[in-house]
Amino acid sequence: MTSTELDLPVASRVAPVRWRLPGTGWQRLVSPLALLALWQLTGSLGLLPERLLAAPATVAATALDLVTSGTLPEAVLVSLGRVAAGFTVGAVAGVGFALVAGLSRLGEYAVDPPMQMLRALPLFGLIPLFILWFGIGETPKITLLALGVAFPLYLNTFAGVRGVDAKLGELGAVLRLGRGELVRHIVLPGALPQVLVGLRQSLGVGWLALIVAEQINADSGLGYMINTAREFLRTDVIVVGLLVYCALGLVTDSLVRVVERKALTWRRGLLG
Amino acid sequence: MATRTARLTQAPPDGRVASVRGLVRSFGDRRVLSNVDLDIARGEFVALLGASGSGKSTLLRVLAGLDGEARGEIGVDDAVAVSFQEPRLVPWKRVLANVVLGLRGPDATDRARAALAEVGLAERVDAWPLTLSGGEAQRVSLARALVREPGLLLLDEPFGALDALTRISMHRLVLDLWDRHRPGILLVTHDVDEALLLADRVLVLESGRIAHESPVPLPRPRHRDHPDLVALRAVLLRRLGVTPEGTA
Repeated sequence: MTSTELDLPVASRVAPVRWRLPGTGWQRLVSPLALLALWQLTGSLGLLPERLLAAPATVAATALDLVTSGTLPEAVLVSLGRVAAGFTVGAVAGVGFALVAGLSRLGEYAVDPPMQMLRALPLFGLIPLFILWFGIGETPKITLLALGVAFPLYLNTFAGVRGVDAKLGELGAVLRLGRGELVRHIVLPGALPQVLVGLRQSLGVGWLALIVAEQINADSGLGYMINTAREFLRTDVIVVGLLVYCALGLVTDSLVRVVERKALTWRRGLLG
Repeated sequence: MATRTARLTQAPPDGRVASVRGLVRSFGDRRVLSNVDLDIARGEFVALLGASGSGKSTLLRVLAGLDGEARGEIGVDDAVAVSFQEPRLVPWKRVLANVVLGLRGPDATDRARAALAEVGLAERVDAWPLTLSGGEAQRVSLARALVREPGLLLLDEPFGALDALTRISMHRLVLDLWDRHRPGILLVTHDVDEALLLADRVLVLESGRIAHESPVPLPRPRHRDHPDLVALRAVLLRRLGVTPEGTA
């Protein structure tokens, strides 16, 4: 190996190519704001008919109306209730089964094959069966959500438990930790980063499952609000509903990130 | 874990913290340890040398109770502690919690604090392991081993990954701790000088058995240029298949 060969990567590390403009921040807002302005302009000029897409100002006014009239808060509460119920059932099942499968060979043989088979089923393809089994009430919606939530959490928790450094397991044996202590001090905290990845994935799937489930046949909630609006060609209400779905998804995701930051402080040393 | 308990019921004979007779360990067709006999007296400092792949780490793992497949008479003291080459600190537990881990009794935390003070890390009890230097992490690992008041302390190349200066201060620390607590020590290493500076007795493991044994009857601290050590070093290096000229 010659010295020039050695020098090349060093040189490229010293002067990395940066596409970032000086003074970042507001520049990134320019194009979204321009698009928003264009949307408003085409709406105001009548180029974009309101039955296809309401203009931003109309959407904002409608949002205010929906909030003050209590329609939106009520719908949000109903939808949040569904997510909470479905998420709780799915998370308990996903993490529970993953621990059973992760912590023992017998558990793995009992739980993992059926879980892998069920995972292959298309989630939303199950809706017709769910309607036949559970009717059109809350049960099929919550089951759909729970299933959507359970699998990402199952897969990640299982992988997390199995991925804990075997050397730390040996350490546990040397320190004469009991099985319970080993699980509590080594296995569970070791699996936590992966579990949190699974949590974020499952929340993503969970919101999606909610939106689909609320299209089935809802008589309340955000999906009901949107479906009713469609019948009356109220695109403004539809856009408000979509934005609320969006905001709720972002809120739960950032909640998980807060938990991540708190629970994984020990990694900060690694990240500098 | 059953094999470990079964083995531990067999205490070593009086005055010894480890007593092994006819130890055999094979991996498939390969015999890594064949017919190893080994005794470590209470409070004795033994170093085990061997080329890489000679089975010295396997022997240590057998004594640590981490190998259930070994055959032979194996007697080990009830209180065994291990310090590994990588310090194996639990990254999500602060330094103090790492030392407390698995410790019983109401004064566990106080004992752990005292052990950390002894290795000079009283200030670092709240640090995360990932923020420690290599030497600091290894000292935590030593504190975690010593706080268990072991009759037998197993050191698996604990200084192998440290820089030369840190290694010198770690040698001093180990001798100091050994002097105060007097555990029997088995130090597995590939560093002849390290073995000669620290141990009462140096063993050489070769093709699966203890092929050579040298007592080192010199007071500590020892200097590596002491004529007796120079002579012993030449003998040991030859046993290990290295010509002494190359290292003079």
